[in-house]
Amino acid sequence: MSLESAFADEAAFVPYLAAGDPSYEASIEYVEALERGGADAIELGLPFSEPIAEGSTIQEAIVRALDAGMTVERYLEFVTELDVDVPLVCMTYYNLIYQYGDEEGPRPFVEAAAEAGIEGFVVPDLPAEEAGPLREACDEFGLDLVFIVAPTTEGDRLDAMQEHVSGYVYVQARLGTTGARDDVSDHTERSLARIADWDVPKAVGFGIKTGEHADRIVSAGADGVIVGSALVDIVAAGAEDGEDTAVVADRLEEKARELKEGALAGAPPQAGR
Amino acid sequence: MSTDSKFGEYGGQYVPEALMPAIEELTDAYERYVLENAEGFMDEFHQRIADFGGRPLPLQHAEQLSERYDTAVYLKREDLLHGGAHKLNNALGQVLLAKYMGKERIIAETGAGQHGTATAMAAAHLDMPCEIYMGETDIARQRPNVFRMRTNGAEVNPVTTGRGTLKEAISETMRDWATTVENTHYVIGSVVGPHPFPAMVRDFQAVISEEAREQIQEKEGRLPDSVLACAGGGSNTMGTFHHFVDDSEVDLYAVEAGGSSLDVDEEAGVAPNSASLSTGEEGVLHGARTKLLQDSDGQIMESHSVSAGLDYAGVGPELAHLVDEGRVHPVNVPDELALEAFHRLSQDEGIIPALETAHAFGYLEAMEGPDSDETSDDLGDIVVVNVSGRGDKDLETVIEETGNRDLDMAPDMTLFRELGGGGL
Repeated sequence: MSLESAFADEAAFVPYLAAGDPSYEASIEYVEALERGGADAIELGLPFSEPIAEGSTIQEAIVRALDAGMTVERYLEFVTELDVDVPLVCMTYYNLIYQYGDEEGPRPFVEAAAEAGIEGFVVPDLPAEEAGPLREACDEFGLDLVFIVAPTTEGDRLDAMQEHVSGYVYVQARLGTTGARDDVSDHTERSLARIADWDVPKAVGFGIKTGEHADRIVSAGADGVIVGSALVDIVAAGAEDGEDTAVVADRLEEKARELKEGALAGAPPQAGR
Repeated sequence: MSTDSKFGEYGGQYVPEALMPAIEELTDAYERYVLENAEGFMDEFHQRIADFGGRPLPLQHAEQLSERYDTAVYLKREDLLHGGAHKLNNALGQVLLAKYMGKERIIAETGAGQHGTATAMAAAHLDMPCEIYMGETDIARQRPNVFRMRTNGAEVNPVTTGRGTLKEAISETMRDWATTVENTHYVIGSVVGPHPFPAMVRDFQAVISEEAREQIQEKEGRLPDSVLACAGGGSNTMGTFHHFVDDSEVDLYAVEAGGSSLDVDEEAGVAPNSASLSTGEEGVLHGARTKLLQDSDGQIMESHSVSAGLDYAGVGPELAHLVDEGRVHPVNVPDELALEAFHRLSQDEGIIPALETAHAFGYLEAMEGPDSDETSDDLGDIVVVNVSGRGDKDLETVIEETGNRDLDMAPDMTLFRELGGGGL
């Protein structure tokens, strides 16, 4: 099962949750609910104490997960324990990848993550210029390395990224940090046009929170949508109100279904796609 | 001059993709305006830091300390820079650069409030709108500085995440920048962050050692044996060391905050010190590879120091490199010794130093004072200490901390105990 295959048949829905938010046990059920709702791949956040690319919604999720005892070892257990059939992408910051194991550099973590069942990485504070060692380790263990194309990414930077990217490319819909917004920026179409000739699927994220947004993004040419904050909001509300895990999981499943259906509405499945 | 983004293995540009074009634009501007003096940029900087900032600043012979230590002690008086600390050298340089780059808005983080006040002053001076991010814990312990920033017309945005200190403020300012890069310049306050910040901030602060190196030769006819500067992020440290780095006969001491202990509580994620050069491990934080206070997973620790300006879990990558090369000695001084040194400099020399600065004098006392080991007299015959800032901002902290301890040199605290808290 490869990351690229998640986009093979139809418009893909790729949700994000922070592993361990608000507790290890609840988080397992939440991630599994996303798969039931139609997730084609899942970005599973490994919480880092200084998440500089995240907005307040995901930052607070990371704080809840860390406070509940999430560590790198627990994360690997979490991935092993998850009962899902879709590919899992580890989204984290470079220091955690770099520090793991006795040996210097990213290799030990990539090896451990591959063993636990991770298929790829998104590392928001690792631009293509610094990505050589991680790319090498990913190649060794057969993992993908996803890069984020920002609205401001142009020229040589696109070329550098195209050289390293695999799995899918994460197209950032607008400037800023992660977070659900009501408007989906028209940066999206321009960004998609800049990478039209790349031979990896294009998934658009940042600010998507409804099925209707997903529909518009896919209609604009995306191969899939990435949704984080709108789902984390559901987890946060459940944690705040002390609701049953099953109730919150149902709500996540429902939201996932809405987003997947929206994505499909933007590009109905076709034979031979 | 090299514009390589690395110092040995340290440095680099570990930032979100959305910021990379801004970092590249800044790198170009740094090379053109700062390194090549395009359009007379550096000439204007030197003119303004003279007229507005008050440079050049004296290198003063400290008579009482020299007698106490039987060593010629010279004070580089950055506390006399406009605003009361070395911070204006960098803030003025970067705000001016932002103007040359055509940016319309300034943002900055601040810990102790010294960089925030310097940036607010520079922005007012150059007529640029300015917003400062500051942790809520720091806002509470540095109230006068918050008011100074507001008075200069800056907005102050409280940061409520984490423990509400400098590292959270840096993260939050980076988030703002990721949204506003097209019209905004982020004036980072120390020699930290992604390239070109560590090199650029050092170059603006290097005016300290450029002057001091010339002044000591005028006064003593030779270079000093040792140069001491306190080190948090390391901007006054690199500024004080830069022009001495190639003088191998001059020993350079970076004095970090030893806090209450050098031990760490990994379970709680707390290091009760800010001694990342002395005890930290290599890692990646806030855009650069450097030495960090972190747990075995790589999560960043909460640091501590009685001095808000040293309270940071990382340090500039160039300093980390110079320590690994053996060129800079990383040393540290606990809270208590820094507080004693605060009172000693105030009484013996009539200079109330910032608590950050007091750490450098704490090390001088530890090495050369009456209680020092007889054999530890290795700072030599001529010592230059950077007085990085003045201590007015710290008086509330010092009243509280002095009241809680039995310190040498402290004034009689009875009156203050009777007045109770907030009796300033």
